[in-house]
Amino acid sequence: MGAKIFAALIVLLARFITAVRGRWEGVEPVDGHRIYFANHASHGDFILIWTVLPRRLRQRTRPVAGADYWLKGGLKSFIGRDVFNAVLIDRERENRTEDPVALMAAALDEGASLIVFPEGTRNTTEAPLLPFKSGLYHLAKARPDVDLVPVWIDNLNRVMPKGEIVPIPLICTVAFGAPLHVGAAESKEEFIARAEAAVLALSPRSAVS
Amino acid sequence: MSALHPDLLTLLGILLAVLGAASAIGYVLQRRLSPDGSNPVIENLNDRIRAWWVMVILMALALIGGRTGATLLFALCSFAALREFVTLIDTRRADHWALAAAFFVVLPVQYYLIWIGWYGLYSIFIPVYAFLLMPIVAALRGDTDHYLIRIAEVQWALMICVFCVSHVPALLSLEIPGYEGRNVLLIAFLVIVVQSSDVLQYVWGKLFGRTKIAPKLSPSKTVEGLAGGALSATLIGVGLSWMTPFTPLQAGFLSLVIVVMGFFGGLVMSAIKRDRGVKDWGHLIAGHGGFIDRLDSVLFSAPIFFHLVRFWWSVT
Repeated sequence: MGAKIFAALIVLLARFITAVRGRWEGVEPVDGHRIYFANHASHGDFILIWTVLPRRLRQRTRPVAGADYWLKGGLKSFIGRDVFNAVLIDRERENRTEDPVALMAAALDEGASLIVFPEGTRNTTEAPLLPFKSGLYHLAKARPDVDLVPVWIDNLNRVMPKGEIVPIPLICTVAFGAPLHVGAAESKEEFIARAEAAVLALSPRSAVS
Repeated sequence: MSALHPDLLTLLGILLAVLGAASAIGYVLQRRLSPDGSNPVIENLNDRIRAWWVMVILMALALIGGRTGATLLFALCSFAALREFVTLIDTRRADHWALAAAFFVVLPVQYYLIWIGWYGLYSIFIPVYAFLLMPIVAALRGDTDHYLIRIAEVQWALMICVFCVSHVPALLSLEIPGYEGRNVLLIAFLVIVVQSSDVLQYVWGKLFGRTKIAPKLSPSKTVEGLAGGALSATLIGVGLSWMTPFTPLQAGFLSLVIVVMGFFGGLVMSAIKRDRGVKDWGHLIAGHGGFIDRLDSVLFSAPIFFHLVRFWWSVT
């Protein structure tokens, strides 16, 4: 109950600050087994995606997040676990006990859709996108029927740059592109390059330059 | 909340009738010309009429709510407008605190001053205090790249979106002998004249428009549209003189000033959009683009109308 109210408040706040609107440019906001993969510049990224999803989809869509960040502290783990029902994965390759791809595949098998940020960490550089990690490829291979929907979140990095605590109200958009599937003969490098290009193609700045 | 003035009720009745007629016409046109929703002009017209309903209902609630309601409504308008404006300017990390101050300090303080009716401070708070304080905040962060441009952009955003808009509810603090308790109707007068001028310029321009005024800026603005729209909106203003402290002639003169300032306000805001390479300020209102797209002509006419009325009619 508390988590539901909290979630509604977060969505309301996101709308107040960003007046966020979803642009569905190659896919419709309908039911489906999906992995939304997006650029990652701010902690608010999955909140924005969540906000523009219709309520019915929102309830079944779980963000994938780093356990090292979201299990620190009471409030963070309340938000991560109870409010957003995140699939928490261990980003440290060396001493992890569970395979992230297996965890994500299990969540998909339970009927959830996922939100992932294949850059692996928040992008604080000048480059529009960091190189993707290979997890997306392995997940796509493991669950080939799932639609991989590219997503571009625009402007949120200006709302709250890393290290700031007060957000600046700015209009944000979330663009959803046509779904991808990994080809039977496609190599990991080819697929990752294609996925990166699909996300970048949704950025308004890539249309200009 | 005190009992509503009969003039306000009359006005709301008229607005209801006009919008009702517009909705009926829109419905018939849609049935006749665009039964499957394929005619973009008709669909846009109906979107606009629906948005008008929302605007009129919000305005009516604000006016019924008196000073608190109107101040709150326009504070929210300022917030939405500032959000759109700042989205289009080049901000940097170094401007973060100055911008946060604009949204969360300057805007609320300005509207608080309006609400308590402190003319001596709200008329200079932004152009003096905010304009001196914000460059200081930005300078303290040490990034001098494009410093002057960044400061100027933020100052303009505040001037347009907060200072100008706040002069609409400021009309409530005027004290006009013999007009006590009816000041909300001045807001209605201003907004109705400005908005009907927008609509009528569009209609006259569509019907008779030939000579473009500023083809580079706004290809839809024509001399014929401006003349026809301005004159007919002025006539509407004359027709509304019964609810103002003005004689019909005075109401006509003030309407003309409002309409001309509104026109040039729209032109200036188009110039900014061109500069930033966008067509609309945002996506908040279906059929109208952003908030500023709907507000642009009120922005420039509100402070002028306020000061003219204050100078000649008000005792404060």
